[in-house]
Amino acid sequence: MGLRIIKTIGSGVGLALLAPASLRAEWGLNLTPGVTDVSRSVYDLHMTIFWICVAIALVVFGVMFWSIFHHRKSRGAKAHHFHENTLVEVIWTLIPVLILVGMAVPATATLIKMYDPSEAELDVQITGYQWKWRYDYLDHELSFFSNMSTPRGQITNVAEKQENYLLEVDRHLVLPVDTKIRFLLTANDVIHSWWVPALAVKKDAIPGFINEAWTIIDEPGIYRGQCAELCGQDHGFMPIVVEAVSKEDFDVWLMAARAEKEAQVQAAERSWTLDELMQQGEQVYLQACAACHLPSGEGVPGAFPALKGSPVALGDVSAHIDIVLNGKAGTAMQAFRDQLSTVQLAAVITYERNAWGNSLGEAVSPAQISRLLQSADGEGEQ
Amino acid sequence: MSTLDTTLETHSDEHHGPASGLGRWLFTTNHKDIGSMYLWFSLLMFLVGGSMALMIRAELFQPGLQLVEPGFFNQMTTMHGLIMVFGAVMPAFVGLANWMIPMMIGAPDMALPRMNNWSFWILPFAFAMLISTLFMTGGAPNFGWTFYAPLSTTYAPPSVTYFIFAIHMMGISSIMGAINIIATILNMRAPGMTMMKLPLFCWTWLITAFLLIAVMPVLAGVVTMMLMDIHFGTSFFDAGGGGDPVLFQHVFWFFGHPEVYIMILPAFGIISQIIPAFARKRLFGYASMVYATASIAILSFLVWAHHMFTVGIPLAGELFFMYATMLIAVPTGVKVFNWVATMFRGSMTFETPMLFALAFVVLFTIGGFSGLMLAIAPVDFQYHDTYFVVAHFHYVLVPGAVFAIMAGVYYWLPKWTGHMLDERMGRFHFWLSFIGVNITFFPMHFIGLAGMPRRIPDYALQFADFNMVASVGAFLFGLSQLTFVWNVIACVRGGRKAEARAWEGAEGLEWEVPSPAPYHTFAEPPKLPESLR
Ligand code: HEM
Ligand SMILES: [Cu+2]
Repeated sequence: MGLRIIKTIGSGVGLALLAPASLRAEWGLNLTPGVTDVSRSVYDLHMTIFWICVAIALVVFGVMFWSIFHHRKSRGAKAHHFHENTLVEVIWTLIPVLILVGMAVPATATLIKMYDPSEAELDVQITGYQWKWRYDYLDHELSFFSNMSTPRGQITNVAEKQENYLLEVDRHLVLPVDTKIRFLLTANDVIHSWWVPALAVKKDAIPGFINEAWTIIDEPGIYRGQCAELCGQDHGFMPIVVEAVSKEDFDVWLMAARAEKEAQVQAAERSWTLDELMQQGEQVYLQACAACHLPSGEGVPGAFPALKGSPVALGDVSAHIDIVLNGKAGTAMQAFRDQLSTVQLAAVITYERNAWGNSLGEAVSPAQISRLLQSADGEGEQ
Repeated sequence: MSTLDTTLETHSDEHHGPASGLGRWLFTTNHKDIGSMYLWFSLLMFLVGGSMALMIRAELFQPGLQLVEPGFFNQMTTMHGLIMVFGAVMPAFVGLANWMIPMMIGAPDMALPRMNNWSFWILPFAFAMLISTLFMTGGAPNFGWTFYAPLSTTYAPPSVTYFIFAIHMMGISSIMGAINIIATILNMRAPGMTMMKLPLFCWTWLITAFLLIAVMPVLAGVVTMMLMDIHFGTSFFDAGGGGDPVLFQHVFWFFGHPEVYIMILPAFGIISQIIPAFARKRLFGYASMVYATASIAILSFLVWAHHMFTVGIPLAGELFFMYATMLIAVPTGVKVFNWVATMFRGSMTFETPMLFALAFVVLFTIGGFSGLMLAIAPVDFQYHDTYFVVAHFHYVLVPGAVFAIMAGVYYWLPKWTGHMLDERMGRFHFWLSFIGVNITFFPMHFIGLAGMPRRIPDYALQFADFNMVASVGAFLFGLSQLTFVWNVIACVRGGRKAEARAWEGAEGLEWEVPSPAPYHTFAEPPKLPESLR
């Protein structure tokens, strides 16, 4: 262990100073140049300003250490008494101003490029939830949630951590390359911030407001990012995965995604056994509910209520369904009606009513949920 | 009853020493006693906030969750930030001001001694209330020291109400302290001590005090708006009721940016006292130092939105705040150049206070460079809310503000206690801290650039190595502060007798009175020494 630390420190310092750019990238020492025109400008700007700072530092610290070495009392230095010089003061005010102007010019150009609001070919709405993202392809009637998919065991150190630990999700945000994409960002509860370093896009997702950001991705690939604004307990566990594909592959993917949606609707119509629902319910529970109510259903006193033995999970089924579908305003309990499919909703409610000793023995059927959802939609339209 | 009587008696007689017993501390109006209490309180908070930081770094030593739950982790980051800002750095500066400003300007005490007592004694209660939230159901505040709404309103734990009241109390304390410092500096200077002869520590504090009076009410306003949203049905920050969560950030940072200068301007003052003393040469560019401090203070009101580049500000706004922020680098640069010019062709020695001051100049400047990088709006989109920002503000706050405080304490300890400190122990503390602070915070630049967001309890594998390094550094730095505590206590209890002018090159009125400084100094206005005439 000790050796490992020493090696790490040693190689860290060494790499920082000497290593060629390629090695640095591997070690994650520097900003990524990214895969868009904007991200490369940002990277160039970053490096320019960095080297300017290094140059200034060399001059200032150089003079300082020269004095520390030569003008020390132990070497017999006598203090020279001068303590004012207007010309010098004016010079070292003006030179920094000029340097700053030199920095401001490319910075302004890059910023203007980032703010280019010209027509986009694809609109994606991004909504932050505690603690997941929802993506709506506005022109394609397609929307889904994207949850972190790293298994709990890896986080609690009982399973070995895999390569993309904490940076993997169940559904990627698939985007076409060479296409101007507009992101419309908002949030459902608190402020989140959607950040993918390779695109140089970081924009806050604010409840009640819509922010805009643009990108044109040059290269197909997988680009990972994270929520960048503290958004509560699981802020560290809401990654972003963008999968950039060719335009043709994007169209194929769109078709497939819509077909899958169709299949889900079909599945809601067949009848389900209690066992089947319990099985699927457990998966859904662990992924969508356990963060707050805990895998044991015991909740966190004062913050998140227990479900084990709770009046809601053991009481009137319609009240239970209502809170899962519509959430509870002003609390962390979200409305899950759009987050989960009909089958998933039925399964998780069934699970909550039959797990941890809540053994009511009754199943809530997908058909029952889908009737409720339809009648609620109908009301909305009147 | 009898103890109270004696307290009153000794108080009425100016030339007696301090009262004895607890009453001395509870009822004291003596600037030296109050200064000491502020400093001890700040040291205690530094250790408490520091332990929380070590808890954070212990969890981040390796990927995975080992020691704490994410919810508790957030409470730790929040409390660490609040305690360090409001409990450690700010009270330490007020303590130094209390001790030194009256002595530096030739005043018998602070202008408003009873208010002085009040402004200190509010603090222990405010922090007891804040820390007690850790034991409440739902836990302590967990929304970061910047407490963005609606995470801190609609979604906050119930203890947020106590947090709001604690902030109110700290604000009242700061405002009273600031009024006192302004009144003292403007009204109580010895004859002949004109404004342009004021020691720079007094100048920087005078300007800081105006900043405090300007922005602490803004902080009070924003927490009151939170209180209304939480308990009285308003919707300042709730879009559902027609409010705006971004409004919170504007108001907070209108307080918050000047606040970061509140935490550094007095440090500039301390460094400007120490470098000339150990370079045996007057401060270069005194007048430009004063003007630079004032311009930094004024500019600090015009740059708040550089903390908010990603909230969706229109292009023109981004450009304005970018240019204004970059401009701050100019007066900051002038300060650094002046310090270097003061050393140039001086006759330097390197006692502990000077070592801390030199480290301040180098490491604060590094923090200034990363600040300048952060000011560049398009690149800040990549840096914002990552460990790069954490590295930046720790460089300006730890080897910046905290090193300056330690430099000041070592510099003036002989005056306070009458004893010289043990130089070897002082240097030992310095080198451990210097190495520790860099091992802790330098790698954070790399992890930030590589893409690690701040305020997360667990991280992806590519950040593992540097996080481990940073954690090791943090424990080195944290534990080495015990040598500081040891040093201070040793110096209070004994040591080589200090002369009135404890350091060969030290100039100023405080070095004209004996060491330790008598309980009451300057009952008669002093005659200024040669160097100030
Ligand atoms: C040359 C001078 C400085 C410049 C140009 C500068 C610039 C900045 C910028 C642009 C940010 C926002 C970064 C972001 O969140 O994306 C920032 C953050 C911060 N700065 Fe500075 N800064 C300077 C000096 C200081 C000083 C002297 C202090 C305090 C002693 C300070 C304390 C902080 C703190 C505490 C934050 C983080 C606030 C938070 O988000 O929690 N800075 N600085
Ligand atoms: Cu988030």
